[in-house]
Amino acid sequence: MRIECPFCGERDHSEFTYLGDAGFRRPDGGGEGLAGRFYEAVYLRDNPAGPHREWWCHSGGCLSWLRVTRDTRTHEILGVELASEVAVP
Amino acid sequence: MSHRLAGEGAIQRERTLAFTFDGRPLTGHPGDTLASALLAAGVRLVGRSFKYHRPRGILTAGSEEPNALVQLRSGARREPNTRATVVELFDGLEARSQNRWPSLALDLGAVNSLLSPLLVAGFYYKTFMWPAAFWEKVYEPAIRRAAGLGRASTEPDPDVYEKAHAFCDLLIVGAGPAGLAAALAAGRAGARVLLCDEDFLPGGRLNGERREIDGQDGAQWARQVGAELAGLPGVRVMTRTTVFGAYDGGTYGALERVADHLPRPTPHQPRQRLWKIVARRTLLAAGALERPIVFGGNDRPGVMLASAVRTYVNRFRVAPGRRTAVFTTCDDGWTTAFDLLDAGVQVPVVVEARQQVSSVILNEASRRGLRIMLGSQVLDARGGRGIRSVDVRDERGRTVRVAADALAVSGGWNPNAALCTHLGGRPRWSEAIHAYVPADMPPGMIAVGASAGELSLAGALRTGTQAGREAAEAAGFAAAAVQCPHADDEAVGGTPLWFVAGCRGKAFVDPQHDVTPGDIALAAREGFDSAELLKRYTTLGMGTDQGKTSALNGHALAAALTGRAPADLGTITSRPPYTPVAIGALAGVHRGPDFRPCRLTPSHRWAQSLGATFLDTGEWRRARAFPRAGEVDWQPTLVREVLGVRNGVGLCDVSTLGKIDVQGADAGAFLDRVYANMISSLPVGKARYGIMLREDGIVLDDGTAARLAPGHFLLSTTTAHAARVLQHLEHARQVLWPQLDVQLASVTEQWAQLAIAGPRARALLERLLAGAIDLSNAAFPYLACAEFAWQGSPARLYRLSFSGELAYELAVPARRGEAAVRAAMAAGESLGVVPYGLEALGTMRIEKGHVAGAELNGTTTAHDLGLGRMMSDRKDYIGRVLASRPGLTAPERPVLIGIRPVAAQARLAAGAHFLRLGARASLANDEGFVSSVTFSPVLGHWIGLGFLSRGRERLGERIRAHNPLAGGDVEVEVTHPVFYDPDGERLRG
Repeated sequence: MRIECPFCGERDHSEFTYLGDAGFRRPDGGGEGLAGRFYEAVYLRDNPAGPHREWWCHSGGCLSWLRVTRDTRTHEILGVELASEVAVP
Repeated sequence: MSHRLAGEGAIQRERTLAFTFDGRPLTGHPGDTLASALLAAGVRLVGRSFKYHRPRGILTAGSEEPNALVQLRSGARREPNTRATVVELFDGLEARSQNRWPSLALDLGAVNSLLSPLLVAGFYYKTFMWPAAFWEKVYEPAIRRAAGLGRASTEPDPDVYEKAHAFCDLLIVGAGPAGLAAALAAGRAGARVLLCDEDFLPGGRLNGERREIDGQDGAQWARQVGAELAGLPGVRVMTRTTVFGAYDGGTYGALERVADHLPRPTPHQPRQRLWKIVARRTLLAAGALERPIVFGGNDRPGVMLASAVRTYVNRFRVAPGRRTAVFTTCDDGWTTAFDLLDAGVQVPVVVEARQQVSSVILNEASRRGLRIMLGSQVLDARGGRGIRSVDVRDERGRTVRVAADALAVSGGWNPNAALCTHLGGRPRWSEAIHAYVPADMPPGMIAVGASAGELSLAGALRTGTQAGREAAEAAGFAAAAVQCPHADDEAVGGTPLWFVAGCRGKAFVDPQHDVTPGDIALAAREGFDSAELLKRYTTLGMGTDQGKTSALNGHALAAALTGRAPADLGTITSRPPYTPVAIGALAGVHRGPDFRPCRLTPSHRWAQSLGATFLDTGEWRRARAFPRAGEVDWQPTLVREVLGVRNGVGLCDVSTLGKIDVQGADAGAFLDRVYANMISSLPVGKARYGIMLREDGIVLDDGTAARLAPGHFLLSTTTAHAARVLQHLEHARQVLWPQLDVQLASVTEQWAQLAIAGPRARALLERLLAGAIDLSNAAFPYLACAEFAWQGSPARLYRLSFSGELAYELAVPARRGEAAVRAAMAAGESLGVVPYGLEALGTMRIEKGHVAGAELNGTTTAHDLGLGRMMSDRKDYIGRVLASRPGLTAPERPVLIGIRPVAAQARLAAGAHFLRLGARASLANDEGFVSSVTFSPVLGHWIGLGFLSRGRERLGERIRAHNPLAGGDVEVEVTHPVFYDPDGERLRG
């Protein structure tokens, strides 16, 4: 698998570390149900067959965190964005 | 008498190579394989089969060989299960047959044939089921002894293996006619081309055939193209290189056998090289594999694939037999008959399963006076350790016996589509050639030539040229003017015959695993009737050859037995590697001391000069202790080092602790969100102990944060978690809070850091720093930090204590680390300074009840560690919310406590589990465990830290530390975790 790091260019996947689902924003503030929202953000994960947005870190390179869109069926990389430049849903 | 034929082939007759087979001296020539040299010497029996110990010979001339597995070399280089058909002959080669006892010719294991009713498909699951205990002790060892392959050397491999990476516009798998034509078209256009072939001679089938391309001999054409390719700047031809796997993103694995063809690698030469190839496009030009026909005695030495017979005759100039009969069901088999006749070898009969054959072939046969039997089938190849005759059923059903010492068999061709399925693609059944052809290819790969089902030479050249041209254009190169080479005509007709119904004698579908038609029938009867189930039940295709020559025949047989067409049975998924790859090649240089990088501390040479012992911890090699003459084991050294610190002053390199530099206007706010405790309130010039949690509420790491300037902090992490913590912080910075103005950098390796600890630490530092900084308790109290200049370079001083004594950590640029250690030793000489290592460091931290790696084990909360009060309730931070979950705050959770043995001399062991006195050792009674232990020089007995359910309420209680692994069971008293100076007076002194 090859991932195109916006800083370093296309690199082998062994340079990257996988974190997981990028479909969550960290709950903030207080209010009702905060624990429940954290529980969802930390533990509840979809496991789609198809395109999946996920966090990867270029840990063997520039240490950028990336939002990678990967097809879980084929490992095709459909897009790579710098985490700091994307609005988390 | 030699079976070597006259005439030119691809061998160098002027040189002779000596080798041995089972100790018997034999000779061959450069260009020979072990198989061709054995055949030339008249050796046909080369091994015994896996299960029944049947005599076996050589079936093929390539890497698909199921039978001719031999052991090469001796001693540390002994290598089992190599295929004689791909072993390049060298002078002095030692080869041995396998799986026979006492000798190849007289093998007592052959008695297994008599037991064959017991050894049917699934016999593992049936016959040896009961009693259960017998499997491990009786059945399996017996089966393993009797059935099996060669034995690997038990000595360390003396050779080196390396890894390499390559990038190209076009990777071509196979240097046969299609691959060579493609390489020419793409290479001439200027594309970067990698052309790999497992053989040592490019040309593929052209080397074994007598074909013409552009009016010249095909093998000659291949050599000429190879020479031109070698001269093209962007092209690299890699022979002896097998592309064994297709991976995601156009990545391929390949194994280059750099020195397998030499007695031993030349100095500094690797034995093999593992390539990771990244290709924009890939052409699968791996040709096709001829398939056999299943009939009685089809495994006997002398029965050989027809194309392999041609290869031995044309390329190696060896006649596998003197009277070679041909059994074919396609036009290709006739070529073998004609080539044999032209080489002067007798062909007693051509048995053709089809009723009709093209008139061109028949005319040629009759011109040569060849005996032919149309509509006929071989029922039985008869003989012992080699065939002597074949029984043929003619078209009227009569059995005719024909004397023959070899039988060439051609059942048609299977495109070599293995790489296409490595990413999960399924091949497609082709009615035109009655075989699976590639479909659903990995992205960027296309198949050409015989791999794509284009079985003619003209088709190979045409598809290869076109694909090479397209690949070059796709990579941005203008197509070169390459004419498609012209090939002579050939007939490629055929009707499949998978097996001979009603054949006699023992027939084999998969000769390597001794799978018979009976096994297939049994599996079909018992419902294992899909290709994948059939494989697992019968072991069809599970050998080292992965069923390259046997799987489709087996599937067709199962399909026929269940009234279906072969395509309806489905096919198996082929997975990497295509041919076996040695573990050594996959490991490459990463073995022994080179298994992973070793980082040395800045003071390493100094520690070595003092005779220190070392310990690898994480990625670092650290001084473990500094033993002196006369200290017989670890304990006197430990006691001396610890008491030296506690009563005087000691010195330890702590550079391995992670150091993260944090800068920016929002640095304080950022750290408040990643530490459980408050950091932003820290004044400049002060440091604070802090803990970081994971978002799920578990403690990630602990360390200190020092504020060097309003927008500048330096964090320390544990040695083991340094990289992980930085990645965690980068995640927080980039993903969670990208709006904060903060930057992070690892400076672990930039600074050497030296702990100076003990009541005389201040005195030592005053001498060392000579007034560069005021060290008085008022000016530089506990937890102070400062930056200053020392001896012309920046230095940092922190008043931190891991040992519990008055202590400092002095940081200097890493390159000055060794000089600083030596200077500190000199400054402390009259104070009695002792260097101390990891053991003393660890002992002192346990005496002080500080947590470390064994306590920060990924399951403990701040509350468990006794650090619950550090969790701020005035801010949000990672882990805050989930740390308050009921499960993580339950009162019965094991919490940090200290333990001491009730019997003063008793030793403790980490890993022991806590039980109430008198409680049975069971999971239900488990109350926690011991995490760290040490002998305490200060207290004079063993102490430990551990986690005990409701531990803080149980101080003074006696429990057991039960250790069934090491056999220990010690009665201990629960204590406060801080054994030494609980009020912390010494570190503030």
